[in-house]
Amino acid sequence: MDEKWLDKQLANYPMPDRVKEEIKAELMKYDITKKKAREIIERCYSDYLRNLMEPGEAAGIVAAQSIGEPGTQMTMRTFHYAGVAEINVTLGLPRLIEILDVRKTPSTPIMTIKLEGEYAKDRKLAREVASRIEATYVSDIGDISVDIYKLQIILIPDERAMKRKQISREDLIKKLEKSLKVEVEDEGDRLVINIKEPSYRKLLQTVEKMKSQVIKGIKEIKRVIIRKEGDEYVLYTEGSNLKKVMRIKGVDYRRTVTNNILEIAEVLGIEAARNAIIKEALDTLEEQGLNVDVRHIMLVADMMTSDGQVKQVGRHGVAGEKISVLSRAAFEVTVNHLLEAAVRGEVDNLAGVTENVIVGQAIKLGTGDVELVSRIGVKSHGDGS
Amino acid sequence: MAPKRVKSIKFQVFSPKEIRKMSVAKIITPDTYDDDGYPIEMGLMDQRLGVIDPGLRCKTCGGKIGECPGHFGHVELVAPVIHVGYAKLIAKLLNSTCSNCGRILLSDKKRDEFIEEIRKRKEVNADFEDVVKEAFSTASGVKECPHCGEPHVEIKFEKPTFYYENNHRLTPIDVRERLEKIPDEDLRAFGIEPESARPEWMVLTVLPVPPVNTRPSITLESGQRSEDDLTHKLVDIIRINQRFQENKEAGAPQLIIEDLWELLQYHVTTYLDNEVSGVPPARHRSGRPLKTLSQRLKGKEGRFRGSLSGKRVNFSARTVISPDPNLSIGEVGVPIEIAKELTVPVYVNEHNLEEVREYILREEHPKANYVIRSDGKRVKVTENNREELIEKLEPGWIVERQLKDGDIVLFNRQPSLHRMSIMAHEVRVLPYKTFRLNPAVCPPYNADFDGDEMNLHVPQSLEAQAEAKILMSVQEHILSPRFGGPIIGGIHDHITGLYLLTRRGNRFTRSEVMELIKTIDVDKLPEPAIEEDGKKYWTGKQVFSLILPDGLNMKFKAEICENCDVCKEENCDRDAYVVIKDGELIHGTIDEKAIGAFKGLIIDQIVRKYGAYTARIFLDNATKLAIRAIMHFGFSFGIDDEDIPDDALNQIIDVIREAEDDVTNLVMAFRRGELDPLPGRTIEETLELRIMQSLGRARDRAGKIAGGYLGLDNSAVIMAVSGARGSMLNLTQMAACVGQQSVRGERIKRGYTDRTLPHFRRGELGAEARGFVKSSYKNGLDPLEFFFHAVGGREGLVDTAVRTSQSGYLQRRLINALQDLKLEYDGTVRDTRGVVVQFKYGDDGIDPRKSYGGKAVDVKRIIEEVLEEG
Repeated sequence: MDEKWLDKQLANYPMPDRVKEEIKAELMKYDITKKKAREIIERCYSDYLRNLMEPGEAAGIVAAQSIGEPGTQMTMRTFHYAGVAEINVTLGLPRLIEILDVRKTPSTPIMTIKLEGEYAKDRKLAREVASRIEATYVSDIGDISVDIYKLQIILIPDERAMKRKQISREDLIKKLEKSLKVEVEDEGDRLVINIKEPSYRKLLQTVEKMKSQVIKGIKEIKRVIIRKEGDEYVLYTEGSNLKKVMRIKGVDYRRTVTNNILEIAEVLGIEAARNAIIKEALDTLEEQGLNVDVRHIMLVADMMTSDGQVKQVGRHGVAGEKISVLSRAAFEVTVNHLLEAAVRGEVDNLAGVTENVIVGQAIKLGTGDVELVSRIGVKSHGDGS
Repeated sequence: MAPKRVKSIKFQVFSPKEIRKMSVAKIITPDTYDDDGYPIEMGLMDQRLGVIDPGLRCKTCGGKIGECPGHFGHVELVAPVIHVGYAKLIAKLLNSTCSNCGRILLSDKKRDEFIEEIRKRKEVNADFEDVVKEAFSTASGVKECPHCGEPHVEIKFEKPTFYYENNHRLTPIDVRERLEKIPDEDLRAFGIEPESARPEWMVLTVLPVPPVNTRPSITLESGQRSEDDLTHKLVDIIRINQRFQENKEAGAPQLIIEDLWELLQYHVTTYLDNEVSGVPPARHRSGRPLKTLSQRLKGKEGRFRGSLSGKRVNFSARTVISPDPNLSIGEVGVPIEIAKELTVPVYVNEHNLEEVREYILREEHPKANYVIRSDGKRVKVTENNREELIEKLEPGWIVERQLKDGDIVLFNRQPSLHRMSIMAHEVRVLPYKTFRLNPAVCPPYNADFDGDEMNLHVPQSLEAQAEAKILMSVQEHILSPRFGGPIIGGIHDHITGLYLLTRRGNRFTRSEVMELIKTIDVDKLPEPAIEEDGKKYWTGKQVFSLILPDGLNMKFKAEICENCDVCKEENCDRDAYVVIKDGELIHGTIDEKAIGAFKGLIIDQIVRKYGAYTARIFLDNATKLAIRAIMHFGFSFGIDDEDIPDDALNQIIDVIREAEDDVTNLVMAFRRGELDPLPGRTIEETLELRIMQSLGRARDRAGKIAGGYLGLDNSAVIMAVSGARGSMLNLTQMAACVGQQSVRGERIKRGYTDRTLPHFRRGELGAEARGFVKSSYKNGLDPLEFFFHAVGGREGLVDTAVRTSQSGYLQRRLINALQDLKLEYDGTVRDTRGVVVQFKYGDDGIDPRKSYGGKAVDVKRIIEEVLEEG
């Protein structure tokens, strides 16, 4: 099949690119006449036209039902991440609710970090990136003890652990001095911190602060797991901080994702957030073996993001900000909506579904959206008279 | 005439003037009825407020019960009181305006900026809540009035209705005076529409009294009258109001006046909302909190969700459902008793006069129950007036005829989670008392026959009937809009039946074939595939082909396919490669993948190629044939179907013992500290994981052994592999070993300190001690195993209970958020404001129901079709 000719032919049809590409890919496999090819394209086009959604269709209700109905069949448990046995991930119904609620942080934040060039190929280099990301606490690289009599904090560094985490002694001292605002004395096998102020409270406070002090890595990320996927090493993290991780050397920021939708919206923008919602929701449903068309999820995601910020599906978002007073009152917090509407002098134009059900009229969707007027006595139609 | 439509509803706050204007009666006495049971004039049951007693007429409009809409009265409050609902707003207003001149505490320029922003937002129907919030917070932060220079003193608001200025309490009169001073134009900056709501109206001076029919009293059996909660509350208000008045006129001390004022405030507050925090709820004599205005509107059973969004209907029926494979999927069997009760209106005209007369004359089932005359009077058709009615019958009457075969009805099962939960069926009036339906329509309703009940509704107008038939009938819903595949299809025995029928090696004599297809409309038999000793035999595949439409071509792998590395296609050992050519099943066995609900590829193909009608006929025939086939072969399942030879049992015991030893070794290694942790896991976690793995493997191996001995002819195996019911896991559990019981994905570890039961030592980690059930269901569980099994089973029950409520709420939120979205003629999806949510529905405008499992066009099929046409 002549590719150029095919492209030219396809250009005449207003079909989605995805369909065109498939037609092209399929047709390239065969050696058929142009006449046949033309017929096939024509048939595809008429099929496409036939499969279009009809005007007036309640696209939203169908989408809501298609996502809500399988909810009853989902499990509630936290399972291990597909493939990564080491990390627990919220899945099933709780995760779906979490996505649609747009929680500040998901109950199990996780990042999938892909690496660049050499880093993706070499386990040692990948390890290096991992240690730059994983939060290392002072207690991870040494034993902390307190000498109450001398008002000292003593840290005995574990050289092996420090080497593994690639932290030099100088770095450690510098970091401690800077963050705790103390002076650290290096006594060879141990580091000693003297408390200037003679106060036990201060001493204990400093110890507490020291224990939770991140020496290296990103605070939010508690654990990093390295896995080989295909021919490259991939990092999975418990905890998420997209902004910081994207800046780390060796990380391929183009292919690095988090499951925290708000974070994506903040760092990468609203359209990325929309895609993230679609991906997360679809993955959650698919993991449960539930088959839901993407278009439904797309509509929900578009509704959530259509005004530039991620709004939740619920009282403090999409459903609560509708213009119709009656519709809001029928959803939640009935009385407050009514009182407020009266003060604002709001007018309900009865355009939506609930409003018209309430007043007992036909709703403006589907067959209720069209009106037919029969002209009695006029026999011919379409003559423009 | 087109029905009138309500175009819009405006919400406003009542002004005292308006309340007085609409009032038909000033209420002054707290009493309701006098000793004779007659309503007292100027009392709460004043006859001018409407009627609730049958026979009486309203003194205002002269209407009888049902005609009179009821009329408001009013109570003049002696002193103003705060409206609780607006208490907070009043506080904000007091804090953002000057106490001296009443102006907003913002310069005119700043004020106009806010007003302009709000106006702009309103124009595009956007939310302006944040602007209002900002206006309030900037104004209340100002130190001194920019208009008159008066210093701004913060007014403290104390819930529910008290205001303090410099620790000095402001009376509602003070509050009202201040609010009065706020100019109209300043209010707009706070989002308040001055024509709709002057702030001083939020301090009540007059109270509207709702008409009696909103608070009907009920007469108890004893003849005693019991008043509505609202009436009780109004009585309280009027009583205190009266006492207040008397005291005030008598010049009572300030303290008493204040007490009474506060009491009046309390009663008005609880009248409006009996659940205000900080206010003890007003109670009935019995101690039950009263249901006042807010409570009537709120919540699931409140006016909005309970009465306005969900309405009650006539012409409906509900009873238990049961299966009947001889019905079409588009039919519903209706008990004769129900059919006699439900009616369909027939509009009499010149053309159907005779037909209608027939209904009125009939004494048997499809007869007329009622007639509605031209003047709107409803007359019951009885033996006595039958002749008389026939004589008077004329076009314009409506005759209510009993439900009969062929009528269109809506059939529904709750929870109505998707649109397939309500579908239109054709009526088949049948004896007995249950609704009957073809089991193939169970999946969309999610129904079974363990006592489920379903509802039936009879559409009354011709438009409704037409719409139901064209848009809602079962055949139009074979494909689900959720994923673009069939949701209606064979279940359970349908799959088993057709699987048995179309397996290799079946042959049927002519009479056997006739027996199989006797309820199916087939007029010609194909040439017999086998002729032996002069006798003709047909294969099961040939019989099944009889119900396939001509011209159907398909190739796919069946459910029984084992996904071999290299597919042998037509030569498959298990006959799992289905080939259909021109409506003829050439190879392969029919199972769930072919005709099952959710999966049925043949159904899918037929709907797309031949349309919904043909698909319905196919499903009707398939279900009938399947039932005949399963009856021909006979199919049963009992406890001895899980019998496995001693040999197998011993093998299973060995496997399990091995696993137990493995666990013991692991535990010992763990105790010695020799266990290497998995990356990122603690040693304890590692041990648990390894034990779980080991035991899981053991169960699977046991299952394999049992499955091997049971063989492919075992009923349970047939059901499991064909996808009719159950899984190999269920079989394993029945025949070989139930396996590890778990709670939250872990082995059971709760119970006593460091042990699950007192039968074990503290800290014991062995298989048995942590809920491994090595027995099979058939052999029976020992007491300890039984206990652990119950522990694991409980989790499932809790899970289901929690899940239903959570997913129900999720569904409600989703529906509420998306219900107004509509696909417009330009291909965009918009909400009621006209805001575009999607420029092209789903990026390609394709209807998911018509899509091929999500794809817009089935390119491969089209190419194949075109090429085959030569």
